[in-house]
Amino acid sequence: MPSEPLVAEHALEFPGGYTRTTGPVIGRFLTELRDGRIVGVRTAEGRVLVPPLEYEPETGEPVTGDYVEVGPAGTVMSWAWVESPRKGHPLDRPFAWALIKLDGADTALVHAVGADDAKAMRPGLRVRPRWKPEADRIGHITDISCFVPEVTAMVAPIRMEYRVRPGRSLSRFLEGVRDGVFLAGRCTHCDKVYVPFRTSCPECGSAISEEVELPDTGTVTTFAINNLPDPRAPEVPFVSAYIQLDGADVPMIALVADVPAHEVRQGMRVRAVWAPPEERTLSMANIRWFAPTGEPDVEL
Amino acid sequence: MGNRCAVIGVGQTRYQTRRRDVSIAGLVREAALRALEDAGLTFKDIDAVVIGKAPDLFEGVMMPEAYLADALGAAGKPMTRVHTAGSVGGSTALVGASLIQGGVHDRVLVVAFEKQSESNATWALSTHLPFNASLVVGAGGYFAPHIREYMRRSAAPDHIGTLVAVKDRQNALKNPYAHLRIPGINRQMVESTPMLWEPIRYLETCPSSDGACAMVLASEDKVTGTPAWVHGTAMRSEPMARADRDTVSPQAGKDCAADVYRQAGITDPRREIDVAEVYVPFSWYEPMWLENLGFAPEGEGWKLTEAGSTALDGDIPWNASGGVLSSNPIGASGLIRFAEAAQQVRGMAGEHQVDGARTALGHAYGGGAQFFAMWIVGAQKP
Repeated sequence: MPSEPLVAEHALEFPGGYTRTTGPVIGRFLTELRDGRIVGVRTAEGRVLVPPLEYEPETGEPVTGDYVEVGPAGTVMSWAWVESPRKGHPLDRPFAWALIKLDGADTALVHAVGADDAKAMRPGLRVRPRWKPEADRIGHITDISCFVPEVTAMVAPIRMEYRVRPGRSLSRFLEGVRDGVFLAGRCTHCDKVYVPFRTSCPECGSAISEEVELPDTGTVTTFAINNLPDPRAPEVPFVSAYIQLDGADVPMIALVADVPAHEVRQGMRVRAVWAPPEERTLSMANIRWFAPTGEPDVEL
Repeated sequence: MGNRCAVIGVGQTRYQTRRRDVSIAGLVREAALRALEDAGLTFKDIDAVVIGKAPDLFEGVMMPEAYLADALGAAGKPMTRVHTAGSVGGSTALVGASLIQGGVHDRVLVVAFEKQSESNATWALSTHLPFNASLVVGAGGYFAPHIREYMRRSAAPDHIGTLVAVKDRQNALKNPYAHLRIPGINRQMVESTPMLWEPIRYLETCPSSDGACAMVLASEDKVTGTPAWVHGTAMRSEPMARADRDTVSPQAGKDCAADVYRQAGITDPRREIDVAEVYVPFSWYEPMWLENLGFAPEGEGWKLTEAGSTALDGDIPWNASGGVLSSNPIGASGLIRFAEAAQQVRGMAGEHQVDGARTALGHAYGGGAQFFAMWIVGAQKP
């Protein structure tokens, strides 16, 4: 029987951390960071290196003593998303490592970008440093906690509250659907029957006073099969249909159910499916949907 | 029809899903400055501004015209907001034109916009009041049954909608402002997309766009550059709930077309109009409007589409710009139709120019297909 492999945890750490002498160039950069500024250094050719280097990498020559304040804003050149931050990472939530070219710099600085998610990251994204509080700054690259995107949009929460009262005609119609009948209005001038009940004729403008009770059966004149989910709508696919109640001259929009969506037809005969009387209120929700009656289709 | 009126400047923004780089004010200004530049004018030269957009719930900005007065150089000038649902862009142009035709002003800036990315059109169009059952359908859900009824009545083959979806997107590839630019667009691509509101497929619907369009309209003695002359203007509306209302071919659309043709002296639109920019947000509305606008007899609009007559190289190109199917900043969509019609007769439509276009129709509709706005523009003075 093979023995368990021998395993041990081991940490190698110089007690207290190494002492790192900065030299004048890096020292200036870190000193400025502690004061809340970011500086680069100019090379003999005039390029501005951020973060500063002591020797120009192209030529090996020392950089000049000319320090230039850059940023604080900059542009993301490239980035990698860190979905699971590790111990020692600057942020304890998902973030991006990014190459950021600060305004006025000719080279890019590596730092963390605290973005909401990877979709928020893109080359060209404008970012600004989020500084640690002054008292906590020690002259270290982590004096900048991270960079964050500039503000380009804000959320405007707008809410209007109304007290809605149904008018006389809608109230009358809703009383009908509470009692299980469809109330319609007949324009005596045009001889047209309108449902839901209304008090004026949209064709001629006459006042409508004659109430007509319509049966809860009708014909699907046309319909759509809705496949686009919406939290406020029935589960998809659902059928929204124009249903011409028997005796009406205008169609109503309602759901058709109790039949597979693809078996609904223009000309199909349907009947309202009512909520049980004890559940009914003054609302169209009393009509759950329309369901096929099984009668032969009507020729349209 | 009153005094003569001409389009002397047109400006459009690029239409895209999100314009993150500009505010609403920055967006309308971009279009307005381009129109002024085209006309060789500045805000100082403008007498009045007319602005149109979809209902306020789209961006949640109440009375945006007040907020946008500064961006449009309208301080101290008459500024009017027009509001006719989806047809608003067309109505905006017509209100502007009426100010010239009536002799009230000499130069009017008309602007329309939408920044759809600030909310969601289906939400903004489906505000459910109490007492009603929730039946969220949005614009697609509303128009799908009428398309189904057209298909039944005309017995048009199923692929007609696909042909329009492909044709308009092919045209969009020639329009640098168009939103949907789908290289290699073909029937298979359209047919492989899901049915959203059957019978409407995903690629048979318009996109949601941010964008703005503007025009400078001038009276005859203020015309500069290459004008597009207004030969006729008409608006009509009809009630949604009228008994026997024909939702497939609304009477208001027929009446509006008859009126605008009469003013322009047109008796045979298919022969006398060279190019049409017609509001087609769902592909099947091309054959439906071909009939409603008298380009084809009832039940036969789809035959023109199928024969390629409405293609860019057909005898009556419809939506050479790519149309609403390719760019849809809702409030601006009607004005874009009117502006593109003007660009065609000015010979300034660029790569989607129809050679020799002399007479063009701009069309918009809105609400439950109950608001209509149309104009005829021409290269010749009326």
